[in-house]
Amino acid sequence: MRVRVLVRPKAGILDPQGQVVQRALPALGFEGVRNVHVGRLVELELDDPGQLPEMCERLLTNPLVEDYEVLGEDGAPLAQPAGDALR
Amino acid sequence: MPNLQAPTAAGSAPGLARALELGLTEFEYGLIVEKLGRPPAQVELACFSLLWSEHCSYKHSKKLLRSLPSEGPALVMGPGENAGAVDVGDGLVCAFKVESHNHPSAVEPFQGAATGVGGILRDVFAVGARPIAVLDSLRFGEATSPRSRYLLDRAVAGIGHYGNSIGVPTVGGEVYFEGPYEQNCLINAMCLGLAPRERLIRAAAAGVGNALILFGASTGRDGIGGASVLASAELGVDDAAKRPSVQIGDPFEEKKLLECSLELLDRELLVALQDLGAAGLTSSAAEMASKGEVGVDVHVDRVPLREPGLEPFEIMVSESQERMLCVAVPERVAEVLAVCERWETRATVIGEVTDSGHMRVLCDGEVVGDMPVPALVDDCPLYDLDPQSPVAQLYPAPVRTLHTEEPREVLLALLSSSNLASRRPLFEQYDCVVQSRTVRRPEQSDAAVLVLDPSAVAAAPDAPAPALAISIDANGRRVACDPYGGTVEAVLECAANLACAGAEPLGLTNCLNFGNPEKPHIAWQLTESIRGLGDACRALGVPVVGGNVSLYNEGGQGPIYPTPVVGMVGRLPDARRAGGLGFAADGDEIALVGPFAPDLHGSELAKLAGAELPLGLPEFDLDAVRAAIAAVRDAVRAGSLASAHDVAEGGLAVALAECALAGGRGATVSVDPERPTPGHRKALPALFGESPGGFVVSGSPAALAALTARTRVVTLGRVGGDALSIDAGETRVTVELAALRQATGALAALFA
Amino acid sequence: MKFGVVRFPGSCDEVDAQLAAARVGEAVLLWHADRDLQGVDAVIVPGGFSYGDYLRAGAIARFAPVMDAVAEFARDGGLVLGICNGFQVCCEAGLLPGALLPNTGLRFVCRQVQLEVVNASTPFTAGCAEGERLSIPVKHTTGRYYAPAPLLDAMSERGQIVLRYAPGENPNGSIQDVAGVCNEAGNVFGLMPHPEHAVDALTGSADGLALFASMASAAGPRPLARA
Repeated sequence: MRVRVLVRPKAGILDPQGQVVQRALPALGFEGVRNVHVGRLVELELDDPGQLPEMCERLLTNPLVEDYEVLGEDGAPLAQPAGDALR
Repeated sequence: MPNLQAPTAAGSAPGLARALELGLTEFEYGLIVEKLGRPPAQVELACFSLLWSEHCSYKHSKKLLRSLPSEGPALVMGPGENAGAVDVGDGLVCAFKVESHNHPSAVEPFQGAATGVGGILRDVFAVGARPIAVLDSLRFGEATSPRSRYLLDRAVAGIGHYGNSIGVPTVGGEVYFEGPYEQNCLINAMCLGLAPRERLIRAAAAGVGNALILFGASTGRDGIGGASVLASAELGVDDAAKRPSVQIGDPFEEKKLLECSLELLDRELLVALQDLGAAGLTSSAAEMASKGEVGVDVHVDRVPLREPGLEPFEIMVSESQERMLCVAVPERVAEVLAVCERWETRATVIGEVTDSGHMRVLCDGEVVGDMPVPALVDDCPLYDLDPQSPVAQLYPAPVRTLHTEEPREVLLALLSSSNLASRRPLFEQYDCVVQSRTVRRPEQSDAAVLVLDPSAVAAAPDAPAPALAISIDANGRRVACDPYGGTVEAVLECAANLACAGAEPLGLTNCLNFGNPEKPHIAWQLTESIRGLGDACRALGVPVVGGNVSLYNEGGQGPIYPTPVVGMVGRLPDARRAGGLGFAADGDEIALVGPFAPDLHGSELAKLAGAELPLGLPEFDLDAVRAAIAAVRDAVRAGSLASAHDVAEGGLAVALAECALAGGRGATVSVDPERPTPGHRKALPALFGESPGGFVVSGSPAALAALTARTRVVTLGRVGGDALSIDAGETRVTVELAALRQATGALAALFA
Repeated sequence: MKFGVVRFPGSCDEVDAQLAAARVGEAVLLWHADRDLQGVDAVIVPGGFSYGDYLRAGAIARFAPVMDAVAEFARDGGLVLGICNGFQVCCEAGLLPGALLPNTGLRFVCRQVQLEVVNASTPFTAGCAEGERLSIPVKHTTGRYYAPAPLLDAMSERGQIVLRYAPGENPNGSIQDVAGVCNEAGNVFGLMPHPEHAVDALTGSADGLALFASMASAAGPRPLARA
């Protein structure tokens, strides 16, 4: 199956990339934009989605400073096996 | 002469209309038909259109370039190879070259600048030299233009990204902001590398039956751009995304490629080596065959692809980055592939050397292209230019930004102007220390200084440490005033910068950036500039080791200033005595050395004042300038001077300010306003006028007096205090160091 | 005293680290794919762009076979110095606390900076004095040190903050101006500045030599070498 892992900086940690984008938008005429954060997307096909939490914790993200969300083929958040909480 | 096989596959001849779309002329198309004995097939037309393009063939400049001197005692490899090389002693050679990447950078400045650096790095390690430094020469429209600020920001980021990631320090460069570059920015990148003399390799393919091996990144559709008119399929709306014009660089891939290439050479596994640059596989394979006077068969179906479905012509013209081509004898192929595997670099045998004298392109065994190599590489028609000197200045006067003639205000305005302000916000984005060679970083001396052997420096702290000095220079606006004289000045400026570091020039590389040479006035600029370049090199005894030409840099608003960028490499016997530009000690005497004849025509002050560009620049005594350069160099080498700085844009007052700021010390000096210009307050020409052959040096009175035997020396004053104080007859200018520092910090605002 | 300098694909400053270490001892290169540490007394994980900084700086290098051996070496008390990218690798590998984030200014910065020695009792700084200033260059895009506040406080109390940028010298927005930290046991030390580029006045400053010299003095009995 195909999944998308969206990685974003943890709330509370300074995100200068997000700030730069947020400042640049009004200069281009886009008003009313708040709370911009810049992260990363990892797309993959895999046989066993049960491996995802460990993959995310060990390699795809740095849990100290990043949160992540996994989306399934339909774009909806992926249900994880019980006991593994999505962070 | 082997019979030409008519290609059996991949489409009928595209015809004249396609040829014209690809940039060939009707005359050139006719020549190609004549040389093939039939109309060219799709792949063949693609190959000819690229190899006969200006960029690859130099068809409008080659005849002129032949007049440049390329002999010299230190010369090891002259023009025509991937990079030229000079002997630097201790069994080492330095290979170096400068190249432009102007048009791609205008499209996408980050990747354009990055891949410009990538390309020039490959040219250097393709001859077997390990790259040890990069310098860049950049030109944009005025800094008030948002587009220029954007191009500057992205180009600097791109250069930094590539150079820093690959572990080659960027140690110097220049940036200019001038109106005529608004639509045509210039991105020139210079690289130098070191090799033991035995490891230098040429690109000539040799040995019938030897294998042609492609290694590095996979091949995609990068850079195909204009050639896409040849595509067999109709281009739909969505298909535009499939035909990118921009090459994307990957420095990590190139780092592996570099180490892999050098190891292959250290193990003596290769017969020839060539990098893939403009026109990709087409030019590399054809040039290797041409130099070796052999033929080559290229099997495009064996080329590793990044995506499926590339047509043979796309594979041949792709400009995907980070790829090299080599030739190896069959018995060593397995070892070559093993070395590549160790470096995690893809390598594939894609063809072989033949005795046909042809470049044949095959796909799944079928011949899709069959071209005589000389026709491709040597027989492109060379054109004579039709130079005509203009009767009036081609370029509009710069926009006036200065409305005072009060010398203190003028000095601060010059120091804060975009052409003169400190480049620290730029060069701090570049790693200038990796490889442990850098003895003079940006703003420490007029030239970068790199030791040849860092381990020797550690092992023998008291022994002299031989080093190289490098500078890259040009002033397009002054060349626009006087193409011959302005180009001579550029060469002298480079040599003067090297002298201030204590180095003697060994060789020169150049990138000639001009407008459309088919226009008579541009042809005149190019012809005069090359004439000046040759004369200056001959006068200094410096050979041209190689270079690059970028033409057609013009848009709806006219051509760029004629910009012959000059890069010079020199040697100094002891880095421990490398010169510095900052005042070093309070009490040191300061002098102006050399036949400096300040004049405001074509100067930075004239630019800020919105003056019309003059036709012609004042003449100067070349021999006297040469003598001054040599005198300063020898004094720096002897360790007798505390500081030395070439007087360039902005004139004497700006040079003094730069010395004060670099040394963190003020100075008190008197300047004799010798040449008042009617209409100006007397001091301005003496303070801000420009000319070749001026140096601000400091040291003991005895050291400065010793120079009088060889050149003119005018005592100016002494180092000391917290301010720069200049007494110029009726005028006194006093500026605190803090105010000078604030003025030169102006560029930081461009990177906020 | 034998130093081992790790070389990953994409390492840039490994030869520089080797040259610097060779001024106080012997220095060999350790290839990323080999688990054999060649009996070294100390390991240096150098600067550069290992694996192109892909995914996150140091994220892929930390899984190289050599890093298994380095982790074991560290567990047994061996000295490990992580410089710049090496610091990033050590944090990703869990050998050091915290993480390195993009510089606040979002640009690469190459600059000579003044550091302050906070803890002069580590094997890496024993040759320095507390409060001493060291002039050493930084060159990085991703050097902003971060640890959650409670962790940082605990680290501070335990003397794990080893180097700080002097006031006004912080080039990247690191929390509390942290430039270098060590683990609780004090045998693993990571810093963003490059001491290997400050070992000779000829190329700028020799203040970094003290770190290598301290390591050479500190090298005690070698940990058991394991296959």
